[in-house]
Amino acid sequence: MRSFGVLGLAVGAVMAASQAMAGTLDDVKANDSLQCGINTGLPGFAFTDDDGNWTGFDVAYCKALAAAVLGDAGKVSYVNLTGKNRFPALASGEVDVLSRNTTWTLSRDVDLGFTFIGVNYYDGQGFIGRKALGVMSAGELDGASICIQTGTTTELNLADFFRTNGISYEPVPIETNAEARAAYEAERCDVYTTDASGLAATKTTFADADAHMVFPEIISKEPLGPLVRQGDDQWADIARWVLNALISAEELGVTQANVAEMANGTDNPEVNRMLGSEGSMGEMLGLDAQWAVRAIAAEGNYAEIFDRYIGPDTALGLARGLNALYKDGGILYSPPIR
Amino acid sequence: MTDRPFHRDRAEMLPERPAPIASVGPIGWMRANLFSSYPNTALTLLALALLWWIVPPMLDWALLDADFTGESGRECTAEGACWAWFDQRIDQFLYGFYPAEAYWRVNLAIVLLAPALAYLLFGNLPYVRYGRWFSLAYPAIAAFLLVGGLGLEGVTTDKFGGFMLNLVAGLTGIVLSLPIGILLALGRRSRMPAVRILSVTFIEFIRGVPLITLLFVAIVILQLFLPPEVSLDQLVRVMIMITLFASAYMAEVIRGGLQAIPQGQYEAAQAMGLSYWRTMRLIILPQALKISIPGIVNTFIGLFKDTTLVIIIGLFDILGQARLLQTNPDWLGKVDYETFVLTALFFFVICFGMSRYSINLEKRLDTTRH
Repeated sequence: MRSFGVLGLAVGAVMAASQAMAGTLDDVKANDSLQCGINTGLPGFAFTDDDGNWTGFDVAYCKALAAAVLGDAGKVSYVNLTGKNRFPALASGEVDVLSRNTTWTLSRDVDLGFTFIGVNYYDGQGFIGRKALGVMSAGELDGASICIQTGTTTELNLADFFRTNGISYEPVPIETNAEARAAYEAERCDVYTTDASGLAATKTTFADADAHMVFPEIISKEPLGPLVRQGDDQWADIARWVLNALISAEELGVTQANVAEMANGTDNPEVNRMLGSEGSMGEMLGLDAQWAVRAIAAEGNYAEIFDRYIGPDTALGLARGLNALYKDGGILYSPPIR
Repeated sequence: MTDRPFHRDRAEMLPERPAPIASVGPIGWMRANLFSSYPNTALTLLALALLWWIVPPMLDWALLDADFTGESGRECTAEGACWAWFDQRIDQFLYGFYPAEAYWRVNLAIVLLAPALAYLLFGNLPYVRYGRWFSLAYPAIAAFLLVGGLGLEGVTTDKFGGFMLNLVAGLTGIVLSLPIGILLALGRRSRMPAVRILSVTFIEFIRGVPLITLLFVAIVILQLFLPPEVSLDQLVRVMIMITLFASAYMAEVIRGGLQAIPQGQYEAAQAMGLSYWRTMRLIILPQALKISIPGIVNTFIGLFKDTTLVIIIGLFDILGQARLLQTNPDWLGKVDYETFVLTALFFFVICFGMSRYSINLEKRLDTTRH
């Protein structure tokens, strides 16, 4: 394959390299494809189906955004990014939006020069342990060995938690989440810690799920959401309001099934403004009037996406919890579309 | 005294008798190889016990207690392995995200690889003259088939995946690293200071840095320095880095071979009036490379296994696909080691093949025994 490199080089030169600062919307339209950065594989959030198509909770947002901007939920190029190269990829313009379970923090928002456009999943770090330990809360874990994935915020949170509580622990550092789970199952550690969403998913996969318990403490705030490069406000607005439209759609009862019908006009002016039969919301965003209709038609509203990929009926079996609408006891809240 | 003749020897030959049962056949072999001494016997029994410990549970897990059919992990109820994903997923393990309607292009490239390799590796084949030309043209043919263009629908390299990606990256590295390695080895022994210093710097720098660091530089940091218009295909960057990395090791392996050639060989070549390059091509390198075969193949095998590092640019080689399957909610928690077992099998076949070929080559080139 001696000349492969040369040919590949030519192919590489054609690869899109968008401007770093402004005009992301124009770039996306010119490419007729949204470059969406996603995880390299996370149960429920980004995974492949049997035909090799990317799907999942984070992927659904990419599809909704592509549908709103380009009119076709299929016009997405997925770029799989690891925890290490996700930020350089976004900064260099390799991806237009990063939808990769990324925690919104001040330093990422300000110092790294990104704009978080909202929160699509409120997570937090928790612990799972064997009931046989006789420990009822994380505060009693003095001297316990804890399986943990290295190089993540979970590692730092854990150190903070034990330091502030003045108790000691023995970390068992492990490279990947799957191996950490396996190590816990093989009893190499007493307790396993990761984001609560991961813990719930992990627990359902244990053969003896009843022998384990998730401790009540959540020791960190992990608001996960999509982000874009700082400095292109129009693009950030579009990304933000597509997410808000999915949340509003749940609130207003607009679903994948009825969105086409409701787009023709309803008695509810809020729905009409969002779906474009009244007002000019799409025009303000630089899109057409049907932007939200297409975004919702892609994978459904927030609740439908949640239930399909990570909800109680899936293998992950996550409850809505904090991620329920503010009306239902959660903290999910979209500013009004008007 | 009688005149009866005294026969010291028999007049006729005795018929041949079979060797004692205890020294030939399976029993003889076992006595010689397994039970020749007390320590040897103890080791044999220990090994048997270990096998007895490991093999039956392994078979139970992999075959007897395993599930082979089902739509999702929930249908895998047996104690052992869950192989139900195999039918649906094997395509992704082999081809990654390559478009299904273009699988034939990958298959054709692999089928053509066999004659291309054969003409390169074995001397006694018919039409060898044309065959060698075919081997030379093969990289271009394969690149055309895989990437497309000129009438074939284009497939970007981010669609490459599965075992096919390991093969593409591995073979490219193998084919390129040997000539580069030879040049570096010669450069390092050159009398020209510029060439020598450059070669030494390159080799020592590359060998002094872990491969994964080089890959990060190529993928993450390079992007920040280059202007946005300049964009080199990610896979090409990785292949360049893997190739350079293997070349540095290759250079040292070959330098070892070069140093084993007696000074007399160089002097004899000079006495014959051969130029530097002819000396190298006709006298030194054939001997040096022959000595270096085990080390060269060792580097090849290492390089081939390093191709799994493409995961850091978000490409899913066979190992990446193995991990990916475990994240699918249908199989979550039910499929762990199964996918790694399959991956290991693929790698074993290729690496063991390389190792056997190198033994074959050593025997064929061995001029000390006849």
